[in-house]
Amino acid sequence: MSGNPEPRKYKNSLLNWIEFRLPIISYFEKEYGDYPMPKNCNYLWSFGALATITLMVLIISGIFLAMNYTPHTDMAFDSVERIMRDVNFGWLLRYIHSNGAAFFFIIVYIHILRGMYYGSYKYPRELNWILGVFIYLLMMVTAFMGYVLPWGQMSYWGATVITNLFSAIPFIGEGLKTWLLGDYTVGNATLNRFFALHYVLPFVILGVVGLHVAAVHVHGSNNPAGIDIKSKNDTVRFFPYMVMKDTLATCVFGVIISAVIFFGPNLMAEVDNYIPADPLVTPAHIVPNWYLAPFYAILRAIPDKLGGVLLMFGSIAILFVLPWLDRSKVRSCNFRPIYKWFVMLFFVNFFILGYVGMLPAEGLYLLIARIGLVYYFGFFLIITPFIHKIEIPKSLPLGISDLYLGGGKESPTPTGQKEII
Amino acid sequence: MAENPDNKRRDFLQLSTITLGAVGSAAFIWPFLKSMNPAEDTLALGTTEVDISSIEEGQSITVKWRGKPVFIRKRTETEIEEAKAVNILDLKDPEQDVDRVKKEEWLVLVGVCTHLGCVPLGQKLTDTKGEYNGWYCPCHGSHYDTSGRIRKGPAPENLPVPPYSFLNDTTIKIG
Repeated sequence: MSGNPEPRKYKNSLLNWIEFRLPIISYFEKEYGDYPMPKNCNYLWSFGALATITLMVLIISGIFLAMNYTPHTDMAFDSVERIMRDVNFGWLLRYIHSNGAAFFFIIVYIHILRGMYYGSYKYPRELNWILGVFIYLLMMVTAFMGYVLPWGQMSYWGATVITNLFSAIPFIGEGLKTWLLGDYTVGNATLNRFFALHYVLPFVILGVVGLHVAAVHVHGSNNPAGIDIKSKNDTVRFFPYMVMKDTLATCVFGVIISAVIFFGPNLMAEVDNYIPADPLVTPAHIVPNWYLAPFYAILRAIPDKLGGVLLMFGSIAILFVLPWLDRSKVRSCNFRPIYKWFVMLFFVNFFILGYVGMLPAEGLYLLIARIGLVYYFGFFLIITPFIHKIEIPKSLPLGISDLYLGGGKESPTPTGQKEII
Repeated sequence: MAENPDNKRRDFLQLSTITLGAVGSAAFIWPFLKSMNPAEDTLALGTTEVDISSIEEGQSITVKWRGKPVFIRKRTETEIEEAKAVNILDLKDPEQDVDRVKKEEWLVLVGVCTHLGCVPLGQKLTDTKGEYNGWYCPCHGSHYDTSGRIRKGPAPENLPVPPYSFLNDTTIKIG
């Protein structure tokens, strides 16, 4: 027999027994106990944890909804109404799931904007950013398919419009569309496969989230100053400090989402989706979910089918290359006096695009959408790559703990800046 | 390193194994991809027969064919004149009216906007028919004329004419 005695790392013998065979205990200890977080992180750094928790809530509520849902064109709408009226707490499960999805997007948007403002996508976290955009893309696909399942008018016509985007592709477009739908129009084959994919994709998202977290733990989290950790004094342990902070954030979030679930569960829903799907009547206005509306606004701003589709997919694809578009070495916008305002304008612009994306594409709304579209691409292709040529960044602090020495003031010497640039 | 005759043999074996593996994997994926195309029973629902004897001049009916709405319209004299008078060089998708009908008064169209698949308005007498007196798609504002041709808006093509034939004077077979 092997003379290797089992190492005694922990007091508890069961933990030792597991650790010897699968070193999962020390892994969790390292990643969620000792893991050093920059001590200047604000509450915007809680949104990653919030997003993970919301994803878990969506998966669990979704599994229970699936137990009562029937993915057939004749029965889907009625089965959802049965969940709302007859299944015990079915209404609660469904409102948690539908509002949870909307809040998932709110949280992820704040998480993305935080990454953009503080330059979290820059070296050495580029791959982390790419994984994040990939999660966002999967979220959009999953949310779109989930929206089709209740088989209301918006479900049906939303699915029709979105799958028709693929028919814009020259030569293979029509065949690709038919292949995606499994029929010549959105029908039972489509509903069945959307249900199957809507069930499985969240687990794919969960897997990519695992990679996303593992990647950020390699070089550690970014922080509002956007400078690297230099010593242990710059950090606090994940447990208990960050666990407590994230728990408080979760409690506040729980209060907010509960208020919506119980007092305004349909605030973010379209009333037309309470009308059963009718393939012969198109609703007067097809409105996408608000969290996809900015891209819908871009689609409609172009008076050409293929052009609109290309720009819409391009507006998402361009996010992947942001780490290489930004040529400035300074991460945080706290030290970038000009770019800071362009980033904030980008946030406002994205919000405006979403707003006009939900209104009819005519007159003033169309003009606003076109201006918003120009800024969206101008921000990525002109401002982000070239602003560093005219922008003089503020001097960076030497280290995170220096932020707290001078009463929160930045280092007066320009040495820090020299070091970074 | 000296040329070893065994190396050539090894290279060949490696390359052929990898090739076989790649071809095998591709062949394995094929039935899965193909299973997502329309099934045989879906394809079999390909034809519909429609009685058109009760349609008056200026009226339209909508029937379902392959899950899509098909517009059948008995056009008025003025509508036919309008459709014929158009200079086809002005059109985005140039087609003569005579190429789109079998009998002048009967216009048969797939009622699905070629932009993003909405059903255009214009079938009911009270519907808005757009600037060219044919059909108007409310989703993204495409206007079609009395021959179902695209005249204004984002749609790239005319409303398609489905394959159909007159079985007799009062019956159309679509598909």
